[in-house]
Amino acid sequence: MYLSETISSGFFFLAPWLVFAPLTGLLINLIFSKPFKFSENMVGTVASLASGAAFVVSVLLAYSVSINHGEVVRWRLAEWIHIGTLNLDWTFRMDSLSTTMMLVVSGVGTLIHIYAIGYMHEDVRFKHDEGRFNRFFIFLNLFIAAMMILVSGDSYMMLFVGWEGVGLCSFLLIGFWYEMDTLGRPSWANSNAAKKAFIVNRVGDFGFLIAGFLMFWHLGSFQFDEVFKAAPAVAESAPWVIVAITLFMLIGVAGKSAQIPLYIWLPDAMAGPTPVSALIHAATMVTAGVYLVTRSASIYTLVPQAQYIVAMVGAVTALFAATIAVGQYDIKKVLAYSTISQLGFMVAAVGMGAYTAGMFHLITHAFFKALLFLSAGSVILGMERGHHHAAHAHAARDEKPKGKHALSKVEGKKEVKNHGHEEHGDEVFDPGDMRNMGGLRKTMPVTFWLYMIGTLALAGIAPFAGFWSKDEILLDANLHFTSIYWILSAAAFLTAFYMGRQIWMVFFGRPRHEAAAHAEESPKVMTVPLMVLAALSVLGGALNLPFEGFHNLGHWLGYTLGEVESLPLDLKVAGISTVLALAAIFISWLIYGRNPLKAGQPDPLKKPLGFIFTGMENKWFVDEAYFAVIINPFKKTSQFLADVIDWRFWHDFVHDTVILGTYNWLSEVALNQYADQKGIDAFANWLGAATQSVSAALRKVQNGFVRSYALSVMLGVVLILGYLIFK
Amino acid sequence: MTIDLILFLILSLVAIAAALGMISSRNAVYSALFLVLNFVTVAVFYLMLGAPFIAMSQITVYAGAIMVLFLFVIMLLGAENIASVNALPWQRPLAITLAVILIVESTYLVFVRSASSAIITAPEAALNDMESLQNMALALFEKFLLPFEVTSVLLLVAMVGAIVIAKQEKAGQK
Amino acid sequence: MIPVDYYIILSAVLFTIGALGVLIRRNPLIIFMSIELMLNAGNLAFVAFGRSYEIAGGEPFYTGQIFVFFVIAVAAAEVAVGLALIVEIFKTKKNINIDEMNSLKG
Repeated sequence: MYLSETISSGFFFLAPWLVFAPLTGLLINLIFSKPFKFSENMVGTVASLASGAAFVVSVLLAYSVSINHGEVVRWRLAEWIHIGTLNLDWTFRMDSLSTTMMLVVSGVGTLIHIYAIGYMHEDVRFKHDEGRFNRFFIFLNLFIAAMMILVSGDSYMMLFVGWEGVGLCSFLLIGFWYEMDTLGRPSWANSNAAKKAFIVNRVGDFGFLIAGFLMFWHLGSFQFDEVFKAAPAVAESAPWVIVAITLFMLIGVAGKSAQIPLYIWLPDAMAGPTPVSALIHAATMVTAGVYLVTRSASIYTLVPQAQYIVAMVGAVTALFAATIAVGQYDIKKVLAYSTISQLGFMVAAVGMGAYTAGMFHLITHAFFKALLFLSAGSVILGMERGHHHAAHAHAARDEKPKGKHALSKVEGKKEVKNHGHEEHGDEVFDPGDMRNMGGLRKTMPVTFWLYMIGTLALAGIAPFAGFWSKDEILLDANLHFTSIYWILSAAAFLTAFYMGRQIWMVFFGRPRHEAAAHAEESPKVMTVPLMVLAALSVLGGALNLPFEGFHNLGHWLGYTLGEVESLPLDLKVAGISTVLALAAIFISWLIYGRNPLKAGQPDPLKKPLGFIFTGMENKWFVDEAYFAVIINPFKKTSQFLADVIDWRFWHDFVHDTVILGTYNWLSEVALNQYADQKGIDAFANWLGAATQSVSAALRKVQNGFVRSYALSVMLGVVLILGYLIFK
Repeated sequence: MTIDLILFLILSLVAIAAALGMISSRNAVYSALFLVLNFVTVAVFYLMLGAPFIAMSQITVYAGAIMVLFLFVIMLLGAENIASVNALPWQRPLAITLAVILIVESTYLVFVRSASSAIITAPEAALNDMESLQNMALALFEKFLLPFEVTSVLLLVAMVGAIVIAKQEKAGQK
Repeated sequence: MIPVDYYIILSAVLFTIGALGVLIRRNPLIIFMSIELMLNAGNLAFVAFGRSYEIAGGEPFYTGQIFVFFVIAVAAAEVAVGLALIVEIFKTKKNINIDEMNSLKG
């Protein structure tokens, strides 16, 4: 089973443990947690250790690749499909690109696992379902395993296996609280969001599969090396094939990495618990599309037209999503649209051919977006805690007068614990709504500083990591594609603006709701991983500084992608982007920070921007358009097919009326009445009647008179004699 | 036309007439008497056929004993009162038809189909001819001994049977 | 000089008349007498045939006569029993119309 191409030294034999370590963690939790009654900490620790083991293996593999000077090592685990000319194996591919992804996924993933122990401990309590704790970590480990399969695959089909696997895990985790909506009310909302993610991803997968089929048909294989070797010849003879392959792959990228027109699932995916949003929808799964394009670099460079389309898609998405983020009120929704926007940056980068810049931004974005999401989770839990404390305080106050709270203090507290939410006059409390927040800087200081670091990194303020990576993209765009440069710059401006808006609304000013007033800081198990991520957000820029000798990432990826141009720092571009970011933050302070919003006050931008802001608020009605154009006609068609065609026509008419009626007629009229009653019955009855009449006639012979008996004897004599005479 | 033939014809006419009279007479006694006449006629025939013993035993047994018995019973039963409805009206025509057919068939058989026709002459018997009777007795007791003995048993049985049937049950007696 | 056929025809006629009597008359006594007539007709045939044998054979032939002897004996026995029966029936039914004896009617 061991097949190593070239290997001198290293830990390449550890490759399968990338997948099997998380799987082991999953199985332990799945099988042993109930019978052995694992505590919550135990389950979380097992899962985090499994993920951490995968991280350790990634580190070792990266180290092994580096000491082999970036040579590609392929390690086959098992045969999969060998039919005709199709040969697919489960082979692990270890080169600089895949190990980079492995490190990001397992590293950030492990930190999020640790964070999730604390987060889910409180989340299951707020949602009154402690039994669901274990399931979360089982799914998280499954996700890590699937993502590892994706990034370590040696062929497009192995990549697709992981692709589908992460799609499944996304579905399972988004719909974690499947029976309620984000506010805890019984609803279809969460499961609908999960379905939406899965189905929209499916559309992307369709594109990926068509690309795969074209690849196999024209290039003869799925395996990366063989494809890349065969591509140039086909590009010469039939360029439309390569264009088709790349554009269909773009559909897959648009699905998985949330680009136009398939980004719509990502904002709804915020229905899942916050660690899920951080891990899957910020740091890892959504980057799979970027990884795919980077991996297929040698194909894309053959078709510059397709590359341009990819870049435009990315750029337009970046700007579009940024505009929507400006009008959102939910803290996670802002971050979701921000993710879509940043993914647009990455896709634009790899579309322009700046693979290093794209991967660099992928890595730094993983750091600071995970940091932002997890901090947002901390904020949300803080609001929940505040809400609980406020409810307690109310209950304590309401206990004094007589009435339905005339219970002892202990009982009263217990009662409040169960009905805390309803005691506040039946309002449903949304802990994520920024309009309820305000002034959290004072009550949650650690979270505040972490969030600040993330914001600055995202806005692209030097020397945080985001600045270096975003700047490199803008640099490349400026040099090669000016239109894209302008679009991306506008998106960067808006990015800084909406992040500033968020900071002012959440952390500054006065609390607009008692929950915000009573908010509490999160425990260490949650804040410590965040600090690690914050450190990475600050220092991550060192991965690829635009100075000579510091192009570490470029050099590293160059082993796989071929030599990439390493651009030096262009002060003009850097300066413009920094000025734009600072200006945006300043403008946001002017609008939101100087006169902090009060409770119930509408957004200050509403009046000046009018219908533009309404559009931003309602995500430019894209979902509604999809519903009107695609989903509702589809539903109507399927309704029609089901009701009219299937039920009324096939079932009622054909089955019941035609077939059943014919059968009934046949059996009742034709067979029963005619054949049976008139025919067979009549004959049988006639036989009986005939026998009766004959016997009635014959009975008259026995009349009891001797004379007639004698007469018959005489008759017999005469006849016999006659016979004998005349014989 | 010998005297035998004339005698035969006359006697046969008498016999047939007597038989017809027997079956058609309303009075049972008349029927019995007609039958006696018939028997006597047949006895003469026996004589013509050279069977004197049989002729005599016919008159003695048949006409003398049996018919007397018949007459006793007729008188016993008051046989005149048979006045009831004929339940089978169709019997008479049919029976007559069948009888006619039977006679026709028999005649046909005898005259058309018979192989030979032997001529019977009356025996030249002397008045004191005991020899034929002796021979017949010898044949009876030698050749036909068994039937003879069986007949005696038969007569015994008949006698016993008649007594058993006609015995009257007296009240109180077995 | 009478052909035996004539005797046979006579016998047949007497027999037929006897059969007719059995069929037509309703008085059992008359029926019985008709039966005797039939027997008698048979006897006549026996004797006639015996005689024709004797003539054809040339030596005395008594079988026919002996047969008739036995027939007469049997007829006598039969008459005795039959008349006893009729008497018994008359005692029960007070009536000897043979059409009344139809218990075998089925």
